Formats: sequence, structure tokens, C-alpha cells
Amino acid sequence: MGEPGIVLTEEQKRRRRMRSIAIGLALAGLVVLLYLVTIVRMGPDIMERPL
Amino acid sequence: MSDARIDMDTASDATLIGVARGGVGDYVSLLKPRVMSLVVFTALVALSLAPVPLHPVIAIAAILAIAIGAGAAGCLNMWYDADIDRVMSRTKVRPIPSGTVEPQEALTFGITLSVLSVAVLGLATNWLAAGLLAFTIFFYAVIYTMWLKRLTPQNIVIGGAAGAFPPVIAWAAATGTVTLEPIILFLIIFFWTPPHFWSLALVRSGDYQRAGVPMLPVVAGADETRRQIFLYSLILVPLGIAPAGLGFAGVFYLAVSVLLGAGFLWLAWKLYRGAGSTVGPVAKRLFGYSILYLFGLFAALLVERLVGLPALALPGISA
Repeated sequence: MGEPGIVLTEEQKRRRRMRSIAIGLALAGLVVLLYLVTIVRMGPDIMERPL
Repeated sequence: MSDARIDMDTASDATLIGVARGGVGDYVSLLKPRVMSLVVFTALVALSLAPVPLHPVIAIAAILAIAIGAGAAGCLNMWYDADIDRVMSRTKVRPIPSGTVEPQEALTFGITLSVLSVAVLGLATNWLAAGLLAFTIFFYAVIYTMWLKRLTPQNIVIGGAAGAFPPVIAWAAATGTVTLEPIILFLIIFFWTPPHFWSLALVRSGDYQRAGVPMLPVVAGADETRRQIFLYSLILVPLGIAPAGLGFAGVFYLAVSVLLGAGFLWLAWKLYRGAGSTVGPVAKRLFGYSILYLFGLFAALLVERLVGLPALALPGISA
């Protein structure tokens, strides 16, 4: 008896891979966007904050 | 194949519940890209008009957040309306009724994007803009989609406010406040929405009737809808000219808004007074023209700002 579970077709595997890539790119874009927004909003003094 | 294994090609729909099958394009189409493009454009124009210039990075973040927020609202709308989308020819190919995206996936997608877009706009600009975006998403998804759409023929009149908010949000993002200028832009889109959608509804009234959506042509008939379209056009066209009259647009905008407004009124009058047999073709023309009209007004504002044309100086009114 083979492994139980759902077996995806090649097309479905391709779609899942594309979805994963899209989610990865979106998250990376969000990180870059928030980084840039932080730099722009806080300016060059970002590292000179009181400890 | 083993009994314990399920081939996705042959399994029944019930077996597939909870399994993501859609491609990236299906998830993008959940965000209603065409509506998003209008949202981006009107928000961009409002940003360009705002007296406080935004840093380009902040401006991009703001526009992106507003666009994603609008898309999230569209996604929640498709999640809730999947039952009526299934019976309408225009919407039955959407990802949920066509079966490529599960309703639960769309709901999760919509809520996630809503929260993210509001958070990004708040962090990038200010919390007034973020609050307005959150209210817009709530208004579209809950007030319009879940409540008004199936309840009253005035659904798109009140619900149209959701589509009118983006310039106000963008203005608030840039200035931290809401003044007369974005309110005028809001009113233009607000009063543009009924003639725009009712023109479509006149052509698609059979669809709405089958779906049980009480659009004006279904409830009050084609003649009353044509009358209402004309009445709303009478309010819309002066509002379209108002930016010049109130001193935040110039001669070029005045000329564009008068010319486009005259065309709008002429088509609305033709629809109102025309013979019954002409309703379909004229309604289709008005629907197409209404898109051109709104685009033309906002494009004229943008062109004036980009070229640096002065606003009309009116006594007692400062731009």
C-alpha cells in the first residue's frame, strides 16, 4: 500500500510552486518597504538614539 | 493508485475542500485589479494635489497600501458574494464560483491583506489615513456587501462612498488632515458611481434579477433608472467643474471638465428621453463614457500639477 494522502498533478505542483514564490516575493517586498520607510522617516539619526 | 491516495484530477469537489488549487493569477483577480487601477489613479492625483509633498518612498508605500487595502475589500466582497456571483454571467468566472479558490482561502487572504495594508499605511504616513483606509474596507465589505447590496436599490448610492474614499485617504496620508479639496474629489466619485453602475445595471438587469440583487432597474424599472441617472448627472457635472470654481484647478481643467461634462449630460439626456429600443446601446455608451469622464477629470488635474499650470485665482478664495 502506498503512502496515504492527496497526490497533486504536475500542474497543481507547478501552481503551488508559483504561489510559494509569489508569497516569498511579497514578504521580501514588505520587508524592503518597511526598511526603506523606517530609514526615510527616522532619517540619518536612526542609530543615534538614547540607550 | 492506492485506495488511501486521492488523485486530484479525479477526486470529487467535496474531497478537495481545503486544498489550494488556484494559480497566482486567481489570487490577483480576487483583488479586482481594474477597480484597484482606478483607486491607485485617484489616490495618486490627490497626492499630487496635496500641499505637503511626500518623500517618494513614503508616497509609493502609501499608494501601495491604499491599493492593497482596496484589493482586500474586493476580495472580501468576492468571498461574501460567491453565491450570487455563481448565477450572474458577468461574475460566474470569478475564482470562487469557478472553483479555483476556496471561500475560506479568499476570506483569509482578504483579512490578512486588510490588516497589512492598514498597518503599513499607519506606519508609513499617519493613523488618520490608516483609520480612513480601515473604515473604507469595513464600509465596502460589511456595510455595502453584507448589508446594503441585498437590501435596497440605493445600495450602490451609499456603497459608492467606499470607492470615493481613496483620494481622501491619500490627502490625509500627505497632510494629516482632510480639507475641502479631497471632499470635492470624494463627492465627484460619489455622484459618479450611481450613473456609472446603473448604466451597467440597465444592460445586465436580468443577471441581477436572477441573483436576487435589488438593483434599481430590477426594483423600479428601466424608466425610473434612466430618470435617476439623468438627475445624478445633473449633480455630477457641476461637481466635476467645482475644482476650477473653488480655485484648486486651472483653465485647462475647467475646459476639460466642461467639455466632458457636456458629453455626459448629453448621453444621460439621450438615455432618459430616448426610445425604449435605444436604452441598451445608449446605456452601454454611457457606461463606457463614464469611465472616460472620471479618468479625464483626474488626468486633467494631474497634468495641470505636473506641467505646473496655475489654478484659477478667484476673489476671496485661495488655492
